[in-house]
Amino acid sequence: MRLECPPNVKVIRVPCSGRVESFHLLKAFESGVDGVFVAGCLEGECHFLIGNLQAKRRVNYVKGVLKAIGINPERLQMYNLSAAMGSRFAEICWEMTEKVKRLGPNPVKTGRGKEV
Amino acid sequence: MVVGEQKPLEEILEMIEPYDRLILAGCKGCVAVCAAGGEREVRFLASAIKTARKAQGREIEIREVTLERQCDPEYVEQIRPFVGQYQAILSLACGVGVQFMAEHYRQIPALPGLNTTFVGGAERQGVWVERCQCCGQCVLHLTGGICPITRCSKSLLNGPCGGSSNGRCEIDPEVPCGWQLILDRLKELGQLERYLEIIPPKDWSLSRDGGPRKVQREDLMR
Ligand code: SF4
Repeated sequence: MRLECPPNVKVIRVPCSGRVESFHLLKAFESGVDGVFVAGCLEGECHFLIGNLQAKRRVNYVKGVLKAIGINPERLQMYNLSAAMGSRFAEICWEMTEKVKRLGPNPVKTGRGKEV
Repeated sequence: MVVGEQKPLEEILEMIEPYDRLILAGCKGCVAVCAAGGEREVRFLASAIKTARKAQGREIEIREVTLERQCDPEYVEQIRPFVGQYQAILSLACGVGVQFMAEHYRQIPALPGLNTTFVGGAERQGVWVERCQCCGQCVLHLTGGICPITRCSKSLLNGPCGGSSNGRCEIDPEVPCGWQLILDRLKELGQLERYLEIIPPKDWSLSRDGGPRKVQREDLMR
């Protein structure tokens, strides 16, 4: 399968989405990243049982934090898909890229003040 | 442990608004265990504050430290070498830690990053519950190991009020009636006769009504 992905998406591999800590997500925004999505396995299909559910909770928690500090929580998303869903992955990459483009750059880089 | 909860970020950001150089001080004691003010929380909050400030185009310098405890002078003193370079201390310790910081460092304000909520324990991961109100005169041996001061919403000492129904307290159906718990437990222990003993009124001057309390151990004092 040769699927085209937007070149701006950087993939960070983790053994399970449950390995992603709230701090990792926040740190990405602190360092100026425009958007982040966590791609976990389908719900109910986590090899470690609840990794993807924990990831979902953490994503929601960090969304709240982003809102409180004036960054649009839409910049952070959680998706669930299986390793066999390559075309869906490419689709999500495009979707996220479009979303973030609409929102413009992370205000951390522009210092333009709260966006929400 | 002393259980605390981080203040809303908006409140913290407002509190530190005037400052551009800040010490963010965590504590490895109780508040680290209840995930409110340990090393991880310091790291996270520092990142949140820096992100918020960058977004406003006004960067802030944060010195992250997590002390062994903030309720002991020897550890509180550890930040003395660099405290002069900063404009305020935001403490993620319980209220005791914040006050110890304030007492030790008179030139700059000590700000609370947490609301100190109660003395309690972890019911399960991520859930903490109140178990002790520090009344200064423990009666747990009389009440089956369940605290009537904490678990009964009215802190009654001799059996339930009229609001107890189906084992629930009248303040909220989610809250078990403390006295129901005590009775069940006494029954379990075969100590139901304890229930007939009248517990005399407590001396509340040993609790919060007697002003700030102090414990002194001559044998340990220097
Ligand atoms: S219902 Fe039970 S717990 Fe609630 S106030 Fe009455 S005795 Fe106390």
